[in-house]
Amino acid sequence: MASQHRRSRLVPRIIALATGIAAVAALTACSGGGGDAGNSQYGFDAAAQDAKAPITVWVDSSREPIANAFKAANPDITVNVETYDGNSGGSDSFKTKVALFDQSGSGWPDVVFSTQQNDTSWASKSNNGGQPFAAVLNKGLLSDDFLTGFTKGANDPMTVDGNVYGVRNDLAPVVYWYNDTLMKQFGYDVPKTWEDYQALSDKVAAEHPGYILGSVGDSFQGPYIYYWGAQAPIFQVDGDTFTSNFSDPNAEKATKLIDHMLANKTLVNDSVFGADFVQKYSDKVLGMPGPAWYSGALFQNKDSLNAPAGSWGAADPLSWSGSDKVTGAVGGGVWYGSSHSTNLAAVAKFLEFVTSSDDAVKLASGLPAYQSAADTWLTEQASSGYYVGDFKSAITTAASSVWNGWGYPSFSAETAYASIIVPGISAGKTQADLVPQLQKEYDNQAQVQGYTVK
Amino acid sequence: MPRHPPRAKETLITISLTAPAAAAASPEAGRRREPRSSARRRPDRSQTRIGYIFVSGYTVLLLAFGILPTLYAVYLSFTKDGSFAGVDNFVKVFGDYRFLPAVAHVAVYLVFYLASLLVFVVLLALLVHGLGRRWLSTSYRFVFYIPGALAGASSVMLWLFLLDPTVSPVAFILRGFGFDNFVQTVSVDNLPIIFTVIAFWTGAGGWIVIMYGALNNISGDVLEAARIDGAGPVKTAIHIQIPLMRKWISYMAVMSLAAGTQLFVEPRVLSQASKGVVPPDYSINQLAYLYAFRQGDFNGSAAISLLLLLVAGALSAIFVFRGGLFERD
Repeated sequence: MASQHRRSRLVPRIIALATGIAAVAALTACSGGGGDAGNSQYGFDAAAQDAKAPITVWVDSSREPIANAFKAANPDITVNVETYDGNSGGSDSFKTKVALFDQSGSGWPDVVFSTQQNDTSWASKSNNGGQPFAAVLNKGLLSDDFLTGFTKGANDPMTVDGNVYGVRNDLAPVVYWYNDTLMKQFGYDVPKTWEDYQALSDKVAAEHPGYILGSVGDSFQGPYIYYWGAQAPIFQVDGDTFTSNFSDPNAEKATKLIDHMLANKTLVNDSVFGADFVQKYSDKVLGMPGPAWYSGALFQNKDSLNAPAGSWGAADPLSWSGSDKVTGAVGGGVWYGSSHSTNLAAVAKFLEFVTSSDDAVKLASGLPAYQSAADTWLTEQASSGYYVGDFKSAITTAASSVWNGWGYPSFSAETAYASIIVPGISAGKTQADLVPQLQKEYDNQAQVQGYTVK
Repeated sequence: MPRHPPRAKETLITISLTAPAAAAASPEAGRRREPRSSARRRPDRSQTRIGYIFVSGYTVLLLAFGILPTLYAVYLSFTKDGSFAGVDNFVKVFGDYRFLPAVAHVAVYLVFYLASLLVFVVLLALLVHGLGRRWLSTSYRFVFYIPGALAGASSVMLWLFLLDPTVSPVAFILRGFGFDNFVQTVSVDNLPIIFTVIAFWTGAGGWIVIMYGALNNISGDVLEAARIDGAGPVKTAIHIQIPLMRKWISYMAVMSLAAGTQLFVEPRVLSQASKGVVPPDYSINQLAYLYAFRQGDFNGSAAISLLLLLVAGALSAIFVFRGGLFERD
């Protein structure tokens, strides 16, 4: 049956290819041979193009406004906007649906938004013999001028062998958030290094028990804030090789820090999105390292910490003294174009619009990944005066100092962390007890996904 | 005088309740009468044609969504990329580090679920049947049945609230067990019990109603004879009612076994709601799902499904033959 599928898909593809070549040949004949023609002009086998073909766009509900804004700004392009779960929490609905379209040989959307950063691992590869889903964007589809406009490193997770398969929507670098009012009241200085942070935790535990400096109750804080920020090589991919090493000194630093602060109770094991976090800690958080989007998700959210204006600030990310000044990142969505699209011109236009237009700034819910959009957004945020200190500088510094050693394999670092560490800590075990089990689970998952584990 | 109206109502309810049971109790009588009268009116051939038409809808759906997918799964499980692969897929699945834990999880859950179902459903049905007051018995059956009206996923949503000590109305019970937060409540060791409770709560009501029907089926003469011989309610239950319900009990076991081995919705919803604390590969069916959609390995997924089918089939066979499900009286 599988071979039949392939055969039946091959015939239309040959026809499409032939018509495509014929069309391009005809076009070049008309235009007098200008431009480099051929289906490989984008770096992949594009389908026959039709400038009037409608494009289908998959977005999560938060990205629906920007997709509709594109529709309004481009009345000549037919855009079908469809919402889906945005692949959130590693739900893998993006991959699941594309796998089914690959089986049936039709039905792919033209543009997809994903909240995850590791989709490139499968979307850039042929799955079950089909053409890779993601279109190569830097070989003719999007101009280099446009692509260099992204914040440095923003498109790294989607770049494989020099091919860019997706453009970043927003960045989520980790900064240090602090409660300015409380810090001043207690007479503490904002920590600059992880060592400062740990020392502060001892002081807080002794002088003001009950106040906290962060949470590891969600599956993202541990790996993305503490380990990533320490340059811990616990989740690395090199080609088809996966490595996870919790006995590396950098990883051990993070493990010890977490255990130290769990023991002195300044680090809690409650989810920051849980019902009781707000109840228990809304006026007890002295500060916490966290992604840029904590801004909207926690501080300026009336259902969460709901901090009054002028009480919180963002400081430069914490780093280990003697190490590179790097930080972690928690998410940041990605836009993909489909290599099966019959209207790639519209796809390119769409991708540019949603990342760099004025509407993109206006509708952004977090730090835009496109540099000029980010600058405008940050200036607007800073001028609102909500945050104390140099908000713009802290976020900009963090955005350009995300450690690039973290890997993006086809599975999420959060899944195993959630099923091993979170319940383990809750049951009274220490981080150090649990990490060997976590490393084993990462290795197992990598093996199942077809990586060579080293 | 004032007593009469309620009594009339009672008898009405009794009639409406016992009527279907009575019909079921004497199927031979009904069958014997009907064919004779209809045989005179209609020729046999058109009757069989109607029969075929009636059964055709089911047959088409069974073929399209039952038999053909099963055959496709058999084909997939023995092939890889379209060519024959022998038992490679099965070897791979057995070697998967998640396979045996998933089997163990489902096995433990089944033990808890089937045991609780067999014991409590029979017990509750006997108790409800033994209730003197008809209206009380009816209300109990109705109350038992309500949760069954909720679909799997939505009932899990309800349990998400019950199991989270921060919002649960029965938080004191959870805290009594030492569970202070949702993560502790849904730790992997507690899951078989949690899934048993959820499944029992949704499924038991329907079975209690069926068992009640089975109890109604037992002739009053037999029970009266037992009573005259001095058997109390307990002895009657053990020596008369339960042996006579054997077929229904094994029917319940087979159906619940089939449903239980396919455990999927509950752990999946719980996994998403607990943000992964409940692992996404808890049950065998979830693993098959991960194979197909996370790894793009439809062949491995089919191999798991086939193994599941074989094991569930073998276990069901035990209940069918030991329980005498296909024996005729």
